[in-house]
Amino acid sequence: MNLTLYVWRQPNAKSEGKMVRYESKNVNPDMSFLEMLDVVNEELIAKQQDPIAFDHDCREGICGTCGMMINGVAHGPKKGTSACQLHMREFKDGDTIYIEPWRASSFPVLKDLVVDRTAFDRIIRAGGYISVSTGSAPDGNAILIPKQNADLSMDAAACIGCGACVAACPNGSAMLFTAAKVSHLALLPQGQPERKRRVVDMVNAMDTEGFGTCTNHRECEAACPKEISIQFIARMNRDYLIACLTRQEESETK
Amino acid sequence: MELNSRIPSSPLEKKWEMHRFEMKLVNPANKRKYQIIVVGTGLAGGSAAASLAELGYNVKAFCYQDSARRAHSIAAQGGINAAKNYQNDGDSIYRLFYDTIKGGDFRAREANVYRLAEISVNIIDQCVAQGVPFAREYSGYLANRSFGGTQVSRTFYARGQTGQQLLLGAYQALMRQVQTGKVKMFPRTEMLDIVVINGKARGIVTRDMVTGKIQTHIADAVILATGGYGNVFYLSTNAKGCNTTAIWRAYKRGAAFGNPCYTQIHPTCIPVTGEYQSKLTLMSESLRNDGRIWVPKQKGDKRSCNQIPEEERDYYLERKYPSFGNLAPRDIASRAAKEVCDEGRGVGESGLGVYLDFADAIKRLGDKGIEERYGNLFEMYQRITDEDPYKVPMRIYPAVHYTMGGLWVDYNLMTTIPGLFVLGEANFSDHGANRLGASALMQGLADGYFIIPYTIGDYIATTKLEAADESHPECRQVQEEVTSRIQKLLDIPGKRSVDSVHRELGKVMWDYCGMARNRNGLEQALKRIPEIREEYWKSVNVLGSNEEVNQSLEKAGRVADFLELAELMCLDALERNESCGGHFREEYQTAEGETLRDDQNYCHVAAWEYGGPDRKPVLHKELLNFESVHLTQRSYK
Ligand SMILES: Cc1cc2nc3c(=O)[nH]c(=O)nc-3n(C[C@H](O)[C@H](O)[C@H](O)COP(=O)(O)OP(=O)(O)OC[C@H]3O[C@@H](n4cnc5c(N)ncnc54)[C@H](O)[C@@H]3O)c2cc1C
Ligand code: SF4
Ligand code: FES
Repeated sequence: MNLTLYVWRQPNAKSEGKMVRYESKNVNPDMSFLEMLDVVNEELIAKQQDPIAFDHDCREGICGTCGMMINGVAHGPKKGTSACQLHMREFKDGDTIYIEPWRASSFPVLKDLVVDRTAFDRIIRAGGYISVSTGSAPDGNAILIPKQNADLSMDAAACIGCGACVAACPNGSAMLFTAAKVSHLALLPQGQPERKRRVVDMVNAMDTEGFGTCTNHRECEAACPKEISIQFIARMNRDYLIACLTRQEESETK
Repeated sequence: MELNSRIPSSPLEKKWEMHRFEMKLVNPANKRKYQIIVVGTGLAGGSAAASLAELGYNVKAFCYQDSARRAHSIAAQGGINAAKNYQNDGDSIYRLFYDTIKGGDFRAREANVYRLAEISVNIIDQCVAQGVPFAREYSGYLANRSFGGTQVSRTFYARGQTGQQLLLGAYQALMRQVQTGKVKMFPRTEMLDIVVINGKARGIVTRDMVTGKIQTHIADAVILATGGYGNVFYLSTNAKGCNTTAIWRAYKRGAAFGNPCYTQIHPTCIPVTGEYQSKLTLMSESLRNDGRIWVPKQKGDKRSCNQIPEEERDYYLERKYPSFGNLAPRDIASRAAKEVCDEGRGVGESGLGVYLDFADAIKRLGDKGIEERYGNLFEMYQRITDEDPYKVPMRIYPAVHYTMGGLWVDYNLMTTIPGLFVLGEANFSDHGANRLGASALMQGLADGYFIIPYTIGDYIATTKLEAADESHPECRQVQEEVTSRIQKLLDIPGKRSVDSVHRELGKVMWDYCGMARNRNGLEQALKRIPEIREEYWKSVNVLGSNEEVNQSLEKAGRVADFLELAELMCLDALERNESCGGHFREEYQTAEGETLRDDQNYCHVAAWEYGGPDRKPVLHKELLNFESVHLTQRSYK
């Protein structure tokens, strides 16, 4: 099939970007979206033109590196699918496709479709872990975890940190990502001692990074390649509220 | 060059314990005076950086991705082994040790493998404590499954996303240390060379992948945990960025390269479809627990799978290896698939494929039961192939997956360059000529959490380090070399894209140094690779400049190193006149087509020393002594 692409080209963070038109010919429906871009890039290189920069690594939908707006939708039209796992059979011959980077003030564009997502790392740094040091852990089976909780925790832990939720949200909110991280640990016994501190610190970090607030558009859930449920946002909000109300008491009794 | 493996002399079961006792410690107050560099933040590097920072060392950690959490370890699906014997099915440290030695076709060091089996038990505890959501039984206890090459259920998993969850555990531990200031993290930073001062590893030279800034970092010890080099084949299950640059540069500065020709070919990957294909996708080996592998008995049988009656199917693994059946180890299962396809019995359009059939399992467990076990894998398969594996069998074919070769290290995980340590897939250790499933994750974490924190302390406590900083002449020299190499790549007035050359190299490697090798083919490859390399430096086209995000430039540097490594791999394969594990030399096979080892002449690790530009590298041999297990013909019948 033959396609017309409009791709966001921006040489670096400081310069202005614009949409540029390309033809993509003889596209095989079995190609992944990124393989289609590879072929376009090969042609650009042959014409001595700068290839389109985009982030990717595993190409298996698990590392969370890839990500782009495809026709205005984060990761493209197929539900629960990252850009690298999107195949060209989702498109039709003659289609026009618009490709842009994540748009969020907390994710500055570095070049073309490549953005800086280190804000996510800083949210994790604020408390997205269990403070256990190496080498003194008790036997794994000494901590019993009901299967339902382990499964639910795993549902949250499946977040690949791609940032589609932020890009899809009209407010540029990082609630789904942060909620997934908070919930993963909050659902496990190991996560309890630091639970309140964690949620407060991570939510504060999210705000410091300039992510917007959640006003229940649910676009994040629709765009998430791992289909993380917004129920985790409700869970996080509950935890946050409880933490804010009771942390005061805790510090007083210390 | 002298190879001293530093294997402790105590009895096997006591080696690690005694060694830990004998190693010198660094006083806690002194640890904060030392700087350690860790390149790579996968399971091996991430866990090492976090653990060393916990101990008090100052750590600088580097990775080429935008976040430490994206290292290739994240893609591991199936699971991680540990000799917990939770299933009471006869597992033990000794059995895991034995399975690994045998699985590796008796080409691994006993002492290392025993230590790995011993530590495996602690890894699970550590990860559970970190909040890794391992699969659980309804009782709340940890669940297990089995994997290729073993008859016990010792594999722990988190759905089909075990690597992701283990890596997130290590990454979170790392982020905790970044927050305390003990770790300084450098994402989107690629190590391009290593600095050796007075014979000791003292630093690295890096390129900032956003600004192009070339910089030297100095430390008291350097750790490389940069993963495997399977991408030398172009098509592999590895992430696109996986490369050999870090270890190749270290090799050229004096670190021995161990067993470069040992490549693991994984039997359960989605077959290649077209020329444009950029990588191959692995389907976790755990599928072989319930899937049955078959091809038609009849050559060239083009009927669709449903029309081929039971008696006209050849369940060749079950037939040839009755006691392991579909769970035969990877090298054996891969070669068996190649064999039936070479006979003309392969399935799918290309004829390079075999069926992995779940019909029986679906009858037994129902769609629901299958979904519970393998749901995300089935979904992934469907997404890529557009076929529904609940209805038709999957088609699979072997693909390059893991490299058992890597920099040679001693028992302390130190290379032949003092102060340079290598962890995880980047070193040569522990798996011998073939890796059993679910043991790379185990090795990465054992190295990072539980071995390096001890052995690096011993090095630091017993070594006198001269003061050195970035203005040292050696640093300036290496930095200049890195800069001029980049400039040289940018200046080539050629027309060919980096990828096109990489593809060409990959084809040579797959044809002549892939699943089966022979003298003639290897000699041809050894002629062809230098030609491709020469052409590369004349005709490659790298656009843009150094001072920007330049993905072509990144690739160009990596492929330049692959073009050199490939030659060493072929040389090593040619030198090893035997078949073992992932190294199958067609000239050396039994009447039944199994590997024919030559323990008399090849029971050693081949460690190659760089000989200088245009000189043949020098082969050193570390003889392997088997004291606890008997060298036997490997049988899975
Ligand atoms: C698809 C797939 C599935 C797998 N499934 C399993 C499984 O189920 N069980 C199992 O045990 N094993 C599995 N493996 C193997 C296992 O995942 C790897 O061997 C292991 O994760 C390697 O870990 P590592 O820490 O050594 O390296 P990696 O995780 O590859 O990390 C390498 C790190 O080095 C960095 N790096 C590399 N070069 C440079 C450079 N020049 N400069 C700066 N940084 C650099 C990278 O950024 C990265 O951080 C699988 C492998 C694949 C490909
Ligand atoms: S919640 Fe979903 S969309 Fe957001 S970062 Fe995680 S995986 Fe991506
Ligand atoms: S490239 Fe890894 S998720 Fe797409």
